[in-house]
Amino acid sequence: MTTNDQIEHEEEVTRRNFLYVATGVVGAVGVASVAWPLVDQMNPSADVLAMASVEVDISPIPVGQTISILWRGKPVFIRHRTEKEIARGVSENNDPMIDPADDQDRAQKPEWLIMIGICTHLGCVPLDNTEFQSGDYGGWYCPCHGSEYDIAGRIRKGPAPRNLDLPKYKYLSDTTVKIG
Amino acid sequence: MGSSTYMPKSKVGKWFEERLPIMGLMHSTLGAGYNAPRNLNYWWNFGSLAGFMLVVQILTGIILVMHYTPNVDLAFRSVEHIMRDVNYGWLMRYTHSNGASMFFVVVYVHILRGMYFGSYKSPREVLWFLGLVIYLLMMATGFMGYVLPWGQMSFWGATVITNLFGAFDFYNGMGESILHLLWGGFSVDNPTLQRFFSLHYLFPFIIVGVVILHIWALHLPGSNNPLGIDAKGPGDKIPFHPYYTAKDALGLSFFIVIFALFVFYMPNIMGEPDNYIEANPMVTPSHIVPEWYYLPFYTILKAVPDKLFGVIAMFFSILIFFVLPWLDGSKVRSAKFRPATAFFFWLFLVNAIFLGYLGTKLPSEIIINMGGGIDALTLGRIASVFYFAYFIVIIPVVSRMETTKPVPTSIAQSVLDARKEG
Ligand code: HEM
Ligand code: FES
Repeated sequence: MTTNDQIEHEEEVTRRNFLYVATGVVGAVGVASVAWPLVDQMNPSADVLAMASVEVDISPIPVGQTISILWRGKPVFIRHRTEKEIARGVSENNDPMIDPADDQDRAQKPEWLIMIGICTHLGCVPLDNTEFQSGDYGGWYCPCHGSEYDIAGRIRKGPAPRNLDLPKYKYLSDTTVKIG
Repeated sequence: MGSSTYMPKSKVGKWFEERLPIMGLMHSTLGAGYNAPRNLNYWWNFGSLAGFMLVVQILTGIILVMHYTPNVDLAFRSVEHIMRDVNYGWLMRYTHSNGASMFFVVVYVHILRGMYFGSYKSPREVLWFLGLVIYLLMMATGFMGYVLPWGQMSFWGATVITNLFGAFDFYNGMGESILHLLWGGFSVDNPTLQRFFSLHYLFPFIIVGVVILHIWALHLPGSNNPLGIDAKGPGDKIPFHPYYTAKDALGLSFFIVIFALFVFYMPNIMGEPDNYIEANPMVTPSHIVPEWYYLPFYTILKAVPDKLFGVIAMFFSILIFFVLPWLDGSKVRSAKFRPATAFFFWLFLVNAIFLGYLGTKLPSEIIINMGGGIDALTLGRIASVFYFAYFIVIIPVVSRMETTKPVPTSIAQSVLDARKEG
């Protein structure tokens, strides 16, 4: 392009700029809309999302015992708590906590503690210390980086930021609970 | 790379070279056409060793894929099938799994060589970056490869490492969305295994691409050398071939002997016995440890009491290498002439190894039996602080304050002086 052209077509420069920007914008939108499917295919697919909820018969679980069931690829703890444990959980409500929560808010029925058995730090399955109420907090201990959870699954010590998560669940009857 | 003086001898060679000057390119990058400083020592062997390991991993990897099945129900069994039934399958797998370790050994030496002799300093900053990019890609590749056999460590390693990205929980549910995107589900599962397999196959070839850029960036200024001074006249340099091809070949021979010792006599020494148990999402092994090459960073992660900041510190501990060229303000490259820098370099290395050792320990484990005992967590915190202090305080201050020893005027001169003395 020579200097002459530039003087002659000065108003055309703005026109060209406009076309230039417009092309860029349309191109960017196009690329973005193509890129989205490429990213979104990574998200859980329909069959994974449709993974059914589970119904559990809790009647065979004696007081003081925990069972683990697999739900959405993760363990869910169902613990039949003793009176002593519930009392301890409530009595510690006002102790210093990383993620403060009352014992009453941790379970729909205080004797049935239902939690996702995945450490909220980096996802290991915490070990059960509940039986002998061992450790400082008598609950669960994560072997990976040492997080300690109490008898209501509340995080008391270590790197985990949150209490053990509670899944959505509903009592269908006195002895069956539906998780998910 | 660049223009070459290469002259093919045969008629066919000439015909081809006129149409695609690839032989000339090889000649001027790895052949007699590339002149390298005459004083390179054996620490300069590790670049070509890394290249060798990349080729070994790709070759054995392609063979493993012929027998491996990336599916949660079959992966573990297919690896056992490779070990027991496939002809020489055990050799391919042991070479590949120990090869990953050897690759990291070689690359760590290669990086530390660069740190000691100041190879990251101007004008080689981009060369340094490309090296770090290769290292990051290797970390990702090694991690995803370790998931493929679908043993207990595969599964729980994958769970812990992917969960790191859940720390980026800046608005409600963001961390979880990132995790679901990474996993393709609600936990590490079949979709995760399959995408890791795909990427584990791809990344090494991206590494090949970055290696080519790395060598391109190397050949503009040429190799650094133990003295850290610029190679100037022809008296400072010798042709890469035959001098360094021969030197590298000798080093490679020794390296292969050591590699073979691992493959044939202690193939599982760097592995975890738990990985011979098939993955079980209901039970975490009592002690999760990553592969040894990630251990120092794992300790830094564990040292920080907060999840997000622990993850940030861990990423930062690697990314900080990118600014090393600017943290170091010395005019002299090689630590040979910087005694204080050299001292702190060795301290850094010892500290890094100590960090790695702590990575294998439980946080509450007592390491030093003194007074009430000092646990791994406390020591890990001290060592992590030193790690960062080395970059943020020690290097910037020492490199600017230190009186350096006299630097020789040229490589040729220093070689002649050494001859007179010796
Ligand atoms: C940068 C290069 C590479 C590194 C660092 C690397 C690293 C690893 C590691 C650490 C493992 C786990 C070994 C075990 O414990 O069994 C592995 C497994 C595997 N890799 Fe690679 N790899 C590389 C390149 C490749 C390539 C290019 C392919 C395919 C073409 C491949 C295919 C496989 C397969 C199929 C497995 C599973 C079988 C097994 O576990 O032995 N790898 N890789
Ligand atoms: S995963 Fe439980 S403490 Fe880290």
